[in-house]
Amino acid sequence: MTALLSLSGVHTHIGRYHILQGVDFEAAEGKTTMLLGRNGAGKTTTLRTIMGLWRASAGSVAFAGQPIAGLPTPSIARAGIAYVPETMAVFSGLTVRENLILAARDGALDDSRLQWIFGFFPALKKFWLSRAGSLSGGQKQMLSIARAIVEPRRLLLIDEPTKGLAPAIVGALIDCLKEIKRAGVTVLLVEQNFRVAQEVGDDVRVMDNGRIVHRGSMASLAADATLQNRLLGLSLDAHQ
Amino acid sequence: MSATTDTGAALPRPKIDFAPALAPFLIALIAAPLIGSTSTFITLTFASLAMGLMLFTMASGFTLVFGLMDVLNFGHGAFISIGAYMATLVFAPLILWSQADSLALNLGVILLAIVVAAAVCGALGLVFEKLLIQPVYGQHLKQILVTTGGLIVVEQLLYALFGPDTIPLGLPTSLRGAFHIGDAAIEKFRLLAVVVGLVIFVGLTLTLNYTKIGLLIRAGVENREMVEALGYRINRLFLAVFMAGSALAGLGGVLWALYREQVHASVGQSLTVLIFIVVITGGLGSIGGCLLGATLVALVANYAGFLAPKFALVSNIALMVAVLLWRPRGLYPAGGR
Repeated sequence: MTALLSLSGVHTHIGRYHILQGVDFEAAEGKTTMLLGRNGAGKTTTLRTIMGLWRASAGSVAFAGQPIAGLPTPSIARAGIAYVPETMAVFSGLTVRENLILAARDGALDDSRLQWIFGFFPALKKFWLSRAGSLSGGQKQMLSIARAIVEPRRLLLIDEPTKGLAPAIVGALIDCLKEIKRAGVTVLLVEQNFRVAQEVGDDVRVMDNGRIVHRGSMASLAADATLQNRLLGLSLDAHQ
Repeated sequence: MSATTDTGAALPRPKIDFAPALAPFLIALIAAPLIGSTSTFITLTFASLAMGLMLFTMASGFTLVFGLMDVLNFGHGAFISIGAYMATLVFAPLILWSQADSLALNLGVILLAIVVAAAVCGALGLVFEKLLIQPVYGQHLKQILVTTGGLIVVEQLLYALFGPDTIPLGLPTSLRGAFHIGDAAIEKFRLLAVVVGLVIFVGLTLTLNYTKIGLLIRAGVENREMVEALGYRINRLFLAVFMAGSALAGLGGVLWALYREQVHASVGQSLTVLIFIVVITGGLGSIGGCLLGATLVALVANYAGFLAPKFALVSNIALMVAVLLWRPRGLYPAGGR
């Protein structure tokens, strides 16, 4: 399987803080790669650096074989990368429809694709003309993900989509992520919920102190409680 | 594909906040018995409406620029002054149109002045943004210093080009005088200013709500980083908004010059404080708030000027303080600000 995204020796400074300290990893095309690690390990910074929201101070980021580090964020987005931030960042003053119209950059909304999205996020259809600011946290997360997939993208960067959500909504998001995977989209997913990671992840990269400290398959990490404890300080049993 | 849970509980019905919109009516209700004469009240109220819509025209660009890019442009008044001088340049060679006893020719010269002022100010806005604003994105203190410097430079250039004296600018023949409803006088030019202001308000509202550019501006006011992450070059959008805001300031300058029937290089600087009060009172980044703030400022200025002329000097500051005590973010701030 070829790598769609590859980072090599990426360093990122935010002010005087040296957050990413030589990140190297690849995300295989068509797979869901989990980016795990404790709080403060540098996962969000990695996604924001890929997206060009923070500049890499050294190293290279390549997408589909083309270097993208240093490109402005809109160019990176137009290359085929969608970003779902941890904060969801829906436009609260705009309706659900208007949020999706903006995400469909180059044309009208595709009805069949909308129906596909409504299949796993029916709330978005129900509240189509409601302001995004009036949605619940879970519905905002659905909208944020829908915005990323309303047009075909090659790579999705998703940051902690299940954080703070009720279990029923987490289930809906897992179904959505599996559906996105079936559609052949490559996903780089930051997630603290190990059950979610286990259900949707193909590969896993674990970060600590701004570096990748483990690479492997999600299945092998899920099967190795000792490794989980060592890398993540958690027990899978405790999260089931 | 699996249909899943969370069709969602019914959303709370969006609460429409009418209270700020009622403020102008409340002020008028309070002022009416104090003024006493109905005709004087009508005359003052209509004059306020006209002044308010002219202030709105000048302030709308400022509020969008601040809302979209967090840029404090203290040089906004420079475009008002330039617009006013453009009016004198257009009126001078077309004095026969202005003095003709023809409404069409009279309106034609005003329309031409508006077009020229908007075009020149829009183009100068491009230069101003590239030279002064772009290097200081995200640095409020430097923005204040640089744009204030820009205002001073423009003002001095206008003195150098047009001289230090006030230039008279007579109203076209058909727009002199007033319509009378009973004893109340509705000045013809003020009626035109109301129409122009309302057209601009409706145009801006439709653009912001029913076009993709408008959606982008509204989204950019809320979260410009996410707009960029969706693939839009917000700096280009900002440049367009800045140029449009400068053009609107120039247009407002034409109306203000005709309203005062004179032009002076300091007109922009003197109006800048008023525009700040309008924008802060109305809520940053909001066109509806800007219109409401401008109307309130004009009503309070006119009523106070009639009832207590000495108080008129501080009436708008008092209004702003009162509004901020009631609504610390202004009457109708744009999302999140």
